[in-house]
Amino acid sequence: MNITLRMAWRNLWRHKRRTWLTVGAMIFSNLLLVFMISLQFGSYRMMIDNTLKSYTGHMQVQLEGYNDDSKIRNSFDNIIPLAEQLRQTLNTSRVAARGVAFAMTSSEMRSYGLQIVGVEPGYEPEVSTLSGLLKKGQFFSGNNAEEIIIGSILARNLRVDIGAELTLLGSGRDGSFAAGVVLVTGIFESGSNDVDRSMAQIPLGYFQSLFSMGNQGHNIVINAEDLSLVDVLQSKVSHVIASRKELVLLDWNQLQPGLQQAIQADMFSAWFMYAILIVLVAFSVLNTQLMSVLERTREFGIMMALGVKPVRLGALVITETTLMSTLGLAIGAGLGALLAYYLSLVGFSYPGMEEMAGKFNLPDRMYPSLSLLSVFLGPCIVFICSLLASVYPALRLFFLHPVSAMRTV
Amino acid sequence: MMTFQLSNTVIFILAWRNLWRNHRRTLIMLSAITVGVWAMIFMTALMRGMVDDMLLNGIRNLPGEVQIHHLQFLDDPGINNSITAPDAKLLKALQSPEVKAWTTRVRVPAVISSERDSRGITLLGVEPGREVQLGFDISSIIEGRFLTGNNDSGLVIGAKLAERLETRLGKRVVVMSQDPDNNIADRGFRVVGIYKAKMDSLEELNIYAGLTTVQKLLKLEDKVSEIAITGKDYRHVENWFSTIKLVAGQTVQTLPWYEIDKYLGSMLAMMDGFVLVWIIVIFLALSFGLVNTLVMAVFERTREIGLMQALGMRPNMILYQILVESFFLLSIGLLIGNALAIGTILPLQDGIDISVVAKGMEMMGSSSILYPALKLNDVLLANIIVITLGLLTSFLPAWHAASFDPVEALGKD
Repeated sequence: MNITLRMAWRNLWRHKRRTWLTVGAMIFSNLLLVFMISLQFGSYRMMIDNTLKSYTGHMQVQLEGYNDDSKIRNSFDNIIPLAEQLRQTLNTSRVAARGVAFAMTSSEMRSYGLQIVGVEPGYEPEVSTLSGLLKKGQFFSGNNAEEIIIGSILARNLRVDIGAELTLLGSGRDGSFAAGVVLVTGIFESGSNDVDRSMAQIPLGYFQSLFSMGNQGHNIVINAEDLSLVDVLQSKVSHVIASRKELVLLDWNQLQPGLQQAIQADMFSAWFMYAILIVLVAFSVLNTQLMSVLERTREFGIMMALGVKPVRLGALVITETTLMSTLGLAIGAGLGALLAYYLSLVGFSYPGMEEMAGKFNLPDRMYPSLSLLSVFLGPCIVFICSLLASVYPALRLFFLHPVSAMRTV
Repeated sequence: MMTFQLSNTVIFILAWRNLWRNHRRTLIMLSAITVGVWAMIFMTALMRGMVDDMLLNGIRNLPGEVQIHHLQFLDDPGINNSITAPDAKLLKALQSPEVKAWTTRVRVPAVISSERDSRGITLLGVEPGREVQLGFDISSIIEGRFLTGNNDSGLVIGAKLAERLETRLGKRVVVMSQDPDNNIADRGFRVVGIYKAKMDSLEELNIYAGLTTVQKLLKLEDKVSEIAITGKDYRHVENWFSTIKLVAGQTVQTLPWYEIDKYLGSMLAMMDGFVLVWIIVIFLALSFGLVNTLVMAVFERTREIGLMQALGMRPNMILYQILVESFFLLSIGLLIGNALAIGTILPLQDGIDISVVAKGMEMMGSSSILYPALKLNDVLLANIIVITLGLLTSFLPAWHAASFDPVEALGKD
């Protein structure tokens, strides 16, 4: 073992209590950082996934301007063939075309103004989890079936059940009167009250004839297998729709700008808190190392008199800090990972979380997501800041005069 | 008594001078405490500001800190779940000095159509005068006027909705809903006013018409959807809520805002928890350094402490002296920390512009300008926790110093 390393290690344990207190501060903040960052990663991911999978999808092809101004007139031609072409080019079934219109929906007892979504029965279940959440009944029997599926709260409010008839009244694409009678075939329960209160889907073929859409529709939803594959998919899709100048491809960030921004706002406040914790640890290290340098002034003076260069002494102090920080990193990250791992299995919850979780499409229990990044990001920053904090004590050694240093008590 | 006072002064002087014997260490620890205390108060003020804003937005969104509805209305906000207007008994209760204002409203889902587009919205039939008393901000009307009376035949819509419908002031739109017998009820309205709300989603949702006009349209006679009541401070609804609830009776549902919007209610409760956890976490991070500083101070004075004991100083006094030293350290840190926090928050009173993440804040129910809210209670909490727990943690090294054996201690070099 290198002599500096050995000396540093021994020096550390000259003041056991002080070393452990400093390492303790590191362990405490590392533990907290690992837990918090894992939790953040877990909940952001879940927030994105749940929000996108329930309806929006990872990207959509739309008529340019539809996203800002989603009017029924802003639709585009040959939507079903284009969706088919995308499925073949991308070699995936996670592509589905949709139409969106607005209609007064009436049962015998009640009427509600609703957004009616026309979906492709064969492919919609591939892009949205809603159809998988059917509590009762079944999905559509065909693309032209005069059928509707609605949310559970809506069903209760309309006082209808499977097999009941609903009347749809609205205006078609050309401004004409659109009226139809549909059969309730399925009722879903998504867990989000808003969705369950306001969502209604009908088959796209029937949608097109009801709202005089011809062969048109409003968007094609495309889902990637995983969020990380979105970029690759995006360039492929752009290539396919390049020939149709009127169309644009929007990714989830453009479709749901609130999602990314809510995450950013949360990130910002979280990192502010982490920064404070890290600064406090750095102060602790600075204090300890400065003390340990000052109390050894005499010793250092002798060493210098014996010919040890200040660089060597500085390296000694930095090595001491490195050892201490490594200890803090290893124990802190280890304990933090254990805690996060345990909670990622059993999940956890705190009072008031349920209401908050509902607002952001999160489940009632939180599960931290453990990864190399989430475990080591925080502790590594603590490690680096601790080293930086020891630079000042180490630099002081360069201004030490051996003679006067040896005279200090 | 004399001796005690004398030794008290001596202890204070000793502690104070000891503190500055190693000024570098003391200054570093002071900076740590200052940063910690600043962070406690500053962050708490920001979070409080955000939650306050959410609450205010939420309450503004559905004005009325206490609302009376049909038992099923919140679950099924339709025309069939209407209630009768306040009777004589309730009217009398509403005269209470605790009640600042009240109003009745019809609130039903409806469809609005211009010649260009249709949208699903919430039609509000309101008593304009009372609505303003309750908190509708007249200055939010950017074009035209607000309604003038219950019989007003005009319609006030949001700027965003007007844009969506491609309609404007003076144009006619059709509003369609259902009457209690499920017949479609529709009529044309002229847009007489356009309002701007803090959040786009609200501008698209709520449209205002005269109460009587809407009641006639929907064949409601004199029934209403809700009675909304506002007191003087939304944080202290409990004081008068129960009286109103009692008078309103069992046949209707009387709820305070924090139960109508559970998200808001739970945010407020969670905030208190968050503040406490945040302060304690920062304190714990500080405590390692604090104990460390004191351990060092005691360690380098081992000999001196032994000497004082040999000269007849009681262990109690030594313990006391170290605690006083720690108290000075904490107090100075708190003082600077508090001053710094107040100094950084006051210039930000006009709000911090966070419109880069406006859409995200809207998701949380907050607007894009953050007003820090410095609350005396939070500041007190931070100070009390730091002083109390700080002294408690200092007890360990202080007690360690007090239990030195004078002979052994004197022998240390």
